Amino acid sequence: MMRKTNPKSQSTELELDQPNIEDYLPSGHTIHQEPHGKLRLCDLLDISPTLSEAAGAIVDDSFLRCFKSIRSEPWNWNVYLFPLWCFGVVIRYLILFPARVLLLSFGWMIFLSAFIPVHLLLKRDNSVRKNIERCLVEMICGFFVASWTGVVKYHGPRPSMRPKQVFVANHTSMIDFIILEQMTAFAVIMQKHPGWVGLLQNTILESVGCIWFNRTEAKDREIVARKLREHVQGADNNPLLIFPEGTCVNNHYSVMFKKGAFELGCTVCPVAIKYNKIFVDAFWNSRKQSFTKHLLQLMTSWAVVCDVWYLEPQNQKPGETSIEFAERVREIISQRAGLKMVPWDGYLKYSRPSPKLREGKQRNFVESVLRRLEEK
Amino acid sequence: MGTASSMLTQYDIEEVQEHCDNLFSQQEIVSLYQRFCQLDRNAKGFISSDEFLSVPEFAMNPLSQRLLKMVDGINFKDFVAFLSAFSAKATAQHKIELIFKVYDSDRNGKVSFNDIVEVLKDLSGSFMSDEQRERVLSQVLKEAGYTKDSSLTLDDFIKVLGQSELKMDVEIPVD
Repeated sequence: MMRKTNPKSQSTELELDQPNIEDYLPSGHTIHQEPHGKLRLCDLLDISPTLSEAAGAIVDDSFLRCFKSIRSEPWNWNVYLFPLWCFGVVIRYLILFPARVLLLSFGWMIFLSAFIPVHLLLKRDNSVRKNIERCLVEMICGFFVASWTGVVKYHGPRPSMRPKQVFVANHTSMIDFIILEQMTAFAVIMQKHPGWVGLLQNTILESVGCIWFNRTEAKDREIVARKLREHVQGADNNPLLIFPEGTCVNNHYSVMFKKGAFELGCTVCPVAIKYNKIFVDAFWNSRKQSFTKHLLQLMTSWAVVCDVWYLEPQNQKPGETSIEFAERVREIISQRAGLKMVPWDGYLKYSRPSPKLREGKQRNFVESVLRRLEEK
Repeated sequence: MGTASSMLTQYDIEEVQEHCDNLFSQQEIVSLYQRFCQLDRNAKGFISSDEFLSVPEFAMNPLSQRLLKMVDGINFKDFVAFLSAFSAKATAQHKIELIFKVYDSDRNGKVSFNDIVEVLKDLSGSFMSDEQRERVLSQVLKEAGYTKDSSLTLDDFIKVLGQSELKMDVEIPVD
């Protein structure tokens, strides 16, 4: 007598960790309806559903779509518009760009001449120093935004400095941080970067209370979670801004939110950012260009237009898990900014999916086969 | 076509169309080319296994390793030819030929009992024991009139699978 293994093994922790992917994939993917009838050789040999899913993924998939720069139609293609565009290029590169560089340099000079003395002379916990540094950081961010002629419309009440609250926003480029920072000095949690950005992180951003993480380190999550908790407890710390997607997405989709920000026992204030691609696409495709190139691209375009919505603060409902809470906030932000939600973890950009995802499919297959074997 | 440039000429499109027996329209070939360039990160002219695996939906497919053996290092012409089996215009025989190729990993034109068990292993993972797999397969083989020692040829596959509607179509998004 064959001992039947029960395919319904215990749900793995990772499955509880994610919403059901099958809910999100378009109906075309679940090509096969529940097969029934006694199992025959042709049923066992017929791998066409699995092959079709694989081919479907090769042809188009909802994950890579999130990181594709969607190019808008070129408008400069006829005899009248092309010279106009050329004229525009001349103005942008030869007049606007140098003016912006000058402006930015001017801003940096003011900033450094005030920041360095204050940083060195006053003690670390001095509240006057903190306030001055806060204002200075807001100012330099304002200069940055002006250097790409940022036209930012802020909607909703300006965030207030209250303890036990965190801000979460969707992520398109590192300039998201600058745009929000010019309004309110947030403390942010960022990936540690090399180069001049890293230098800025170590010196200036440290003063507003930023937290670093490193995607590549395995134990990183726990360390970061602890740092987050410590920060929100502190009364005098700047409000914490978190980008739960963990990576830059192209502003048409949103990937899954990491639950770290949602298990701190704080109020979560969602912020939605939507860029208008009318002059330039603000999506920073970190695979395709370095941040410097990205900034240069912004500085040689007419303007960066975007909308920022400060949305109603949310609390974790009783009986709601952190993941459900994260998904609920993601839906609020995605609706406001017109983003399509996809069920993928942004970190899949850098690593392979866990084998548990495959196991779900395998389990379904085995269940179906064993069931049909029994049918008459 | 040489190295992958970002534009396809009309000649290139027609050449590729001929290579896949006109199973794709010219629009679809252009779309597929955009997709090919997206997957081929550094424009080498072919897609490596690693780049296929960067598509999470593909990486989590149980048959991904088998398919990778068929598409690793594939250039654009062969990419289209491979996918042409999934065109709605492809014949059932064409589709069954692809299924046969997936089973016949050693390319000897015959699919043995063990070949099928190997594919079942990919599909069922750790949820079935080897013994269970062999037992189920033996049973359905017997009912279909084959034995454990019989090797199935392409014609056998066509006979067995050709009876029912094979749902193996993938739509190419055309913008």
